[in-house]
Amino acid sequence: MTAPEKLLEVNHLKKYYPIRGGVFGRKVGEVKAVDDVSFTVRKGETLGIVGESGCGKSTTGRSILRLEEPTSGSITFEGEDLTSLSGEKMRRMRREIQMVFQDPFASLNPRKTAGLAIAEPLEVHGLGDRRERGEKVKELLSVVGLDPYHGERYPHQFSGGQRQRIGIARALAVQPKLIIADEPVSALDVSIQSQVLNLMEDLQEKYDLTYVFIAHDLSVVRHISDRVGVMYLGGMVELADRDELYDHPLHPYTQALLSAVPTPDPEAKRERIILSGDVPSPADPPSGCTFHTRCPHVMDICREIRPSFKNYGGNHFAACHLLEK
Amino acid sequence: MSANSTSLTSPTPSPMPDTGEPKAEAASPLGNVWRSFIKSRSAVIGAVIVLSILLIAVIGPLFLPYGYNQVDANSRLEAPSAVHWFGTDDLGRDVFARVINGARISLWVGFFAVTGSIIVGSLLGLLAGYYGRWIDVLISRVFDILLAFPGVLLAIAIVAMLGPSLENAMYAIAVINVPTFGRLMRSRVLAIKQEDFVLAAKAIGMKDRRILFKHILPNSWTPIMVQGTLNFAIAVIEAAALGFLGLGAQPPEPEWGKMLSDSRQYIESAPWTMIFPGSAIMLTVLGFNLLGDGLRDILDPRMKT
Repeated sequence: MTAPEKLLEVNHLKKYYPIRGGVFGRKVGEVKAVDDVSFTVRKGETLGIVGESGCGKSTTGRSILRLEEPTSGSITFEGEDLTSLSGEKMRRMRREIQMVFQDPFASLNPRKTAGLAIAEPLEVHGLGDRRERGEKVKELLSVVGLDPYHGERYPHQFSGGQRQRIGIARALAVQPKLIIADEPVSALDVSIQSQVLNLMEDLQEKYDLTYVFIAHDLSVVRHISDRVGVMYLGGMVELADRDELYDHPLHPYTQALLSAVPTPDPEAKRERIILSGDVPSPADPPSGCTFHTRCPHVMDICREIRPSFKNYGGNHFAACHLLEK
Repeated sequence: MSANSTSLTSPTPSPMPDTGEPKAEAASPLGNVWRSFIKSRSAVIGAVIVLSILLIAVIGPLFLPYGYNQVDANSRLEAPSAVHWFGTDDLGRDVFARVINGARISLWVGFFAVTGSIIVGSLLGLLAGYYGRWIDVLISRVFDILLAFPGVLLAIAIVAMLGPSLENAMYAIAVINVPTFGRLMRSRVLAIKQEDFVLAAKAIGMKDRRILFKHILPNSWTPIMVQGTLNFAIAVIEAAALGFLGLGAQPPEPEWGKMLSDSRQYIESAPWTMIFPGSAIMLTVLGFNLLGDGLRDILDPRMKT
């Protein structure tokens, strides 16, 4: 990892959803789904983003593609700020950044065959004529481990793993540089998960892909990622190289998360850190550090001042007052 | 699109056994629909009635010995007989000939009104649901205003403005049915818009228009079809109502509602002049309602696999 080239840079990304109420639909509050998140993605790497449900990881992923319009912040892809692009330019930019969705069934139009679904990105971006697209579809099907005749089938005729392969083939069709995978394996059986993960790794090597891999399963993220970011309640609390993060977590939230990962060895002695309480509502996040309501090491300062996201050596970023001492 | 799919379907399935995947029974969703259609009694009965009326309307008049407007002063208000199956009316016209010819009018009015309101309503609903914001507010308020009036009353007002004629009655019926389809479409679009495959289409880089017409519309048409069939029945009744009030078809056109109102005064002396056009309306409405109900059961999205 010497002088890695930045492919994507996200700076101070915020996405607030207005809460409307009253007779006239006035804005009465906001849900801070993503609140000031910054990270970079290097060319060819896999950045894993983990967090509980509702912590804003999917919204972050969708904001990068501007499927959700960010409230503020910048998203720089290959030196170009995506947030300032016009609708039509953004549409063309989507050729470079593709997405794989969590629910492979819901993300395929039930009335289109697999072949048509995979051909669609090509068609939309005006690539190849009808015959060439047909060839390309067959090629893509075999790349993701399906047979060419699968192209004429409808989504309901496939198994979950196969559907996700179709979703991946569709994302690959336009040869993107970056693929945002939003919980791509969490809807699949464990035995199928590893197949799809391995497929994604093979494809990364073959096509020089960069992944942003969003998941809540820590072992899945550990398996596939080069670097891992941990999100809590709309904010990034820690970001580091995979092994560094898993072996030396700095943030108390990350420590608690990792202590909850089940280990196959029943004899192993581990200290479980049990967090009490629930995740606070993002419509009314706690003051200061958003984690202070559940943190076992909470200090007075945590309730008042939001800790900044700093580099604590070796590109290990974290946001915690404990570390600043 | 279809040609594209055929280019993909050319190779025959390899003999390799499929492993761990659901059985591929149906070639397409349409095959499933057909199978459940055959099983649904009400849909089949409704379809038989509707098709029979359609057949009668199209070719029936060709086999009639009398024209629908053939006056015979010597045989006024005659009871049904071998010569005049449904009897004759006050002008000596053959009621059977008029009822058969009336089927043409009713089906045409129903078809025109329903098709018109589906096209206009779906388009407006599509725009309102997909773009939201002020477009939605504007279109939805127009629907609300139209729905605030009782349907037939609004139709009467429209016809009164345009002048009484069958054509204007058709426009009026189309207009009052627009909000039904508009709202239905809007609600479908709102639901489908949230589906991952629409998001996926956007993520691919698809244009709005293509998303609307290739992804959202094809997944919204089933409730529209069902509602359209049911509204066909409503349109037939509304046309008859306008005819009855003298605002629809004008004499001597053999419109069923008009025939009912013309024969009001003979209800005791010559009931056949009312019974047959009335039964024709009832049968048509029944047919479309049965078909619509059956289709709803078949196409209910909750029952889809």
